[in-house]
Order: sequence, then structure tokens, then C-alpha cells
Amino acid sequence: METAAKAENIKEMNNTGETLSGAEILVRSLIQEGVDTMFGYIGGAIMPVYDALYDYQKELKHYMSRHEQGATHSAQAYARLTKKPGVCFTTSGPGATNLLTGLADAYLDSTPMVVITGQVPSGLLGSDAFQETNMVGLSMPVTKWNFQITKVEEIAEVMAKAFYIARTGRPGPVLIDITKDAQVQKAEYKYERCKGIRSYQPVPKLNMDEILAAAELINSAKKPMILAGQGILLSGAEQELMEFAEKIQTPVACTLLGLSSFPTDHPLYVGMLGMHGNYGPNMNTNQCDVLIAIGMRFDDRVTGDTSKYAKQAKIVHIDIDRSEHNKNISVDVPVLADAKQALTELNKVVSGSEREEWMQSFKDYYQLEYEKVIEKQTHSSRERINMAEVIDCLSEKTNGEAVLCTDVGQHQMTSARYYKFKNPNTQVTSGGLGTMGFGMPAAIGAQIADPNATVVSVSGDGGFQMTIQELAVIRQYKLPVKSIVLNNSFLGMVRQWQDLFFEQRFSYTEMDNPDFVKIVEGYGIKAKRVSKREELQDAIQEMIDFPGAFFLEVVVETESNVLPMIAPGAAVSEMRLE
Amino acid sequence: MKEYTITVFSENNIGLLNEVTIVFSRRKINIESLTVSESEVKGVSRYTIVVFSDEKKIENVVRQLEKIIGVFKALYFKAEEIVHQEVALFKIANSPKLNGNLEALIRRQNAKILTVNPDFLVIERVGYKAENQELFNELEQYGVLQFARSGRVAVSCQKKEFTSYLKELSH
Repeated sequence: METAAKAENIKEMNNTGETLSGAEILVRSLIQEGVDTMFGYIGGAIMPVYDALYDYQKELKHYMSRHEQGATHSAQAYARLTKKPGVCFTTSGPGATNLLTGLADAYLDSTPMVVITGQVPSGLLGSDAFQETNMVGLSMPVTKWNFQITKVEEIAEVMAKAFYIARTGRPGPVLIDITKDAQVQKAEYKYERCKGIRSYQPVPKLNMDEILAAAELINSAKKPMILAGQGILLSGAEQELMEFAEKIQTPVACTLLGLSSFPTDHPLYVGMLGMHGNYGPNMNTNQCDVLIAIGMRFDDRVTGDTSKYAKQAKIVHIDIDRSEHNKNISVDVPVLADAKQALTELNKVVSGSEREEWMQSFKDYYQLEYEKVIEKQTHSSRERINMAEVIDCLSEKTNGEAVLCTDVGQHQMTSARYYKFKNPNTQVTSGGLGTMGFGMPAAIGAQIADPNATVVSVSGDGGFQMTIQELAVIRQYKLPVKSIVLNNSFLGMVRQWQDLFFEQRFSYTEMDNPDFVKIVEGYGIKAKRVSKREELQDAIQEMIDFPGAFFLEVVVETESNVLPMIAPGAAVSEMRLE
Repeated sequence: MKEYTITVFSENNIGLLNEVTIVFSRRKINIESLTVSESEVKGVSRYTIVVFSDEKKIENVVRQLEKIIGVFKALYFKAEEIVHQEVALFKIANSPKLNGNLEALIRRQNAKILTVNPDFLVIERVGYKAENQELFNELEQYGVLQFARSGRVAVSCQKKEFTSYLKELSH
């Protein structure tokens, strides 16, 4: 009933002939596109839009961040979980420039967003007016599309285009800059959703020759390996991937952003790829005969030295973005397609039988990694707690079913390595841009997207302080977000590089930190600190069981490095265990 | 490093030129020459961009160009795959000293006189960059007041024409 009434309401809102202000047209456009949640921060040049929002509080829930960067990360996480574009509003000038980090992050990690920035009145454009910045110019390299609206008549059409571009094809962020006069001018409201743009082809036409060429390689492979990227999650191809892997009996490794696209407890799952990934999939990248890469982009953190990357293998690369084919790695069979579409077709024509010896080699590598690294870290004999112990415990106590939002650094890699993701889309992290301060605001967006989920942000002491003000959002909207800070009083990952590659010259990585518990308590959030191993299990349990927001600081070992590791510039098969 | 000519077809929108050039500047590829004008299809711009780079880089650049919303098609060509020209205009002070020698030079160089007035005359030459340069060098003795040359315009030798790409897109 409620949905029907809502649909009726929206239909009514779409009626033509009404004369509305630009601000109201903008707000109605959002409702037309199915938006019900947004993030942002008010300011002078966007005030008419916020004034219009005041009348639509039932239809549109706006969450006020404490810094525009926080709003973008919340919107990103919201987008990743709901698969709808994350929407952000900010004012012109500094409000808008504060968005750039989030836009760059979303662009590199293919996250759909529609970001609306206020702008000075059109008559003042180019005059260096108060809070005027050229946002179209600034955001051009970090958006999929952007546009400046200076006339009220443009709003409906441009908004329709913005949503269409953000969510179709390879998703990405779109920025719409709207001058203040366009927000207050009036025009007839008529909304039509965008169905296509002649210079933009989001869904490539599947080429069956490519599918058959890929199938031929796959069917004759002796030691194939699947690399699953975020494209699987973006196209919702988790089931198709599993069917594919089982049909051809092929091990599956995930990229950082591909984590949770394949269950970690599946017998064919062999771990994470890349610089701090698992030993087996990295070593065997240079042993396999056919590499099947799906929805991933051969990032340098995955490939290491590209001149020594999978030279022995034939490579099939399925990607929706043609510019990714042969960009970093030359591939034998590029397949231009959406992952789900390609896998559906491939599943009709591929087959394979059990590859005992090949699977065993992954198990052997894992055993070696377990003895040299995993066991030592999860069952540490050192005085201080190891990060791996925390994530291992968290994984166990949440049964691998929490939504894990991580920041950037050692804790991020440890989370990726030790959390046993069970369900799709349960990891939200900043992969391409590596944005410190991403994790906690992302957890806010994730919790809003899925109010019943256990959402845990894991940060380091460095990153947490970059967006610490977003704790106020958790407070204001009473979000039950759980935040963990793994505190080693260092910028741990940089420290690790200084330790390994800069002769232990720890230049400006040590941090004299504030009392996190006191700060968090100041926000009215329950907070706890543990530094003893025997207190860890109970503290994590208490955090999970607590009905509201909870902050847990775990004091961890400073000297511990994330291993194994592919040193910068080394080949994947040169991964070091110690 | 080799010379490549890149042809881009795009919507005639504000800001698109900026988006196109960012693809080059981001990779530190200098643009030697750039011409943008309406193509045979109304409302569609044709860019001709000349750069020195290597083929692998240019392949990537062209794919990135095609990724821009508003760009229909981007193609790259080696020198032998195109027919290209530039236009050069030379403004020379008019004086009695300009005698038959100049006329002979203009004829020999396949140039033509566009305008003559009491103060100056304007000579036009269409050709390769080096040829236009050569004429400039020869004209210098008469005192060149201004020398302006266009960017390259080029058509490709390939069989498939742009209008057929556009037709494919609209289907």
C-alpha cells in the first residue's frame, strides 16, 4: 500500500504545467530518480535548494556531515551497498573543493555518485566572487561527467542525464554545479528520465566471437585461474561467478575491491591478490596457463612489475570499459562486456574437470604462508596485540557477516586478509585512491543504507583523526556504527616502508595521539580501550552486543609489518614471506 | 617517439576541448598542433591533434578520449595513413622594392596573393608545415610583418568514414 501511495505521489509530482523554482525542480528530480537519502553540508550558494528540501523531509532524508569530505565518503558507501547513486549537496567554494577527494576516490573505484554544488550567481561567474571556484574545471579529471547549470530550464534534463551517466556502464561520480540564480528562477516542471545519450554507449553489445575465443582458451586450460574484481559486485554477478568457477573447476582470487564477491569459505577460493594479498594466488599468477580476469583493471598493486606479470599465461580480460583492455597488461582475448552478461554466456559453453594437483599447489602455498605469517600473527607470542588477532576475532564473532568499512594502511590490509567475508558487498574500502579518513564516514553511509546490518569501521590512529569530526553524525542520527581504531601510535604502513626500504629512518611517522576514548565520549558515544590480549575477545563481544554506537580502541604492536609483501617494483612471484 | 595524428569527433559542447586536452597533459604529451572545427555532420566537432609519442601510449590515449561523454569516436594515424595540410598567411609591407622577384617566388611556391593595399599585402600558402616554413624563410628578405599558420587538417586514407560511425551509433 505504502509503495503504491508513494508511486502515486511521485507520479503526481511529475505532473507537467506546474511552475516551480529551480531549487524545487532539483529536489523533485531527485525524487523522480528514486533518491530518498542524501548527504551534505549547507552554505550560502546552495541555500535555496536546502530551503526547498525543508518541504520534502518526508520524501528525502538529508544527513548533515561535519565536513564535505565526510559526506562524500558516506555517500560512496551508501552507493556501494544500495547500488544507487550516492547523492551529496554542498555549497560553492571551499564546500565544493572539499568534495574533490571523495570524487577522486569514487572515480577510481567506480562508485556512482551525483554531487550537486552551489555556485555564485551566473552574472558573477569569472569575477572571483566570494566563494567562487571553477568547479567544472577542478572536477573534470575526477568525474565521469560534469555540468554547470546557469538556467532553470536546464535543471530537469541535466539531472536526468546525471543519474543516467552515474549509474550506467562503468559507474562513476557526476558533478552538477548550479548557480544561485538558476535555483531561484522559475520554470515549468516536466521530468523525463534519460534513456540514452548519442555519444555514450554504457552497455556494450556482446560480441559472441570474443565469448567463443575466451571459451576456447578456458576449455583447453590445464592450470587456469580466475581474478575477480569489483566488476562482479557492480554487475551483481556473484552467482554467475560461482557457477563459472564450479563449472570449470578453477581457483578464484579476489582483488581488494573484489573481496566478498566470492565466499571465502568456498573450496575454490584461494585468497586475495596483490601487494599484501595471499601468497598462493600471487605466486601462481606466474604459474597458471590461462588467467581469467573479470571486472578488474590490473592495478599496479595487483600486478607488481608488469614486465614479469603472467608472461607464461594466456589472458582473458572481461571488462565493461574498453579503455581498460591492454591498458596495463597486454591481453590475448579482451571481452568487452558487463561481467554478468559475459559470464552468463560463458557458462553455456565452458566446462572443466577437477584439477587436483593445481588446487594442491595453492594449498601448499597457503600452508607455507600459514606457518610463516598467519599463525605468528593470529597467535602472536609478542607482548602487544597484533592487528591480525583483532580482525580474526572480529571475523569470528560476527560470523563473517558484518559490513566492514576500512580506512587505508596496515589495518586495511590486515582486514582484507583476515576477515572471512561471507556475503556480497560487505567490504567498503578506498582502493584506488587510498584515502585516509575514508573508513568511519563510509561506515555511516553503510549503516544508513542497511540499518539492520552490523557495520564496523576499522581505522588506524592516523586515518581516524582525518575525519574524526564525523562522529557527530553518528551521534546526531543515533547510528549504531561500531568503530575500531587499531592504535600503534604510528602511520603504520609508511613506517613499514621506512622499516623495509628506507633503512629504518622513521621520518615523521610517529604520532603522539590524543585520548581517543575521552574524545569519543565527548560525542556521547560509548567508548572503550583495550591493550591486553586477554581482554580483547570480551571487548569485541561487548561492542557487537551493544545496542548503539560503540568505539573500541585496541592498542596494537608498533613493530609488526603486514606480510607477505610484494616489494614495490618486484614481480608477483617475488613475494616475500618475511 | 613518432608523429601521430589523432582525429576526434565530439559534440560541440562547452568544456569538451578541456576534457580532451587533459587526456594529453595528464600523460605529459605535448600537443604540437590542434585544429577544432565543425565536421561534415552539423553540431559535431572534428579535432585534428598532432603529437609525438609512442604507439602504446597513443592507443591508450585514444581509448581514454573515447571514454569522454560527448566524444563519438577517436582514431589515430601514422603519417603515411593520412593526407594533411596547413594554411599559412604572410603579411608583408608593400613597397616599390617588391618587384617581379616576389611574383616569381609566389608562383614557384604555389602560393597566392589574397589582398593588396597601399600598406601591405597578404600571401596565402597551403601545404606541409615545412613547405610553409620554407616560404617564410624566403620572404624574410622582404620583411614579414606577420606570419600565421593554422594547425593541421587531415583526412584519413581508411575506407570507413565518420558518417558511418555516427549512423552506427544512432541505431
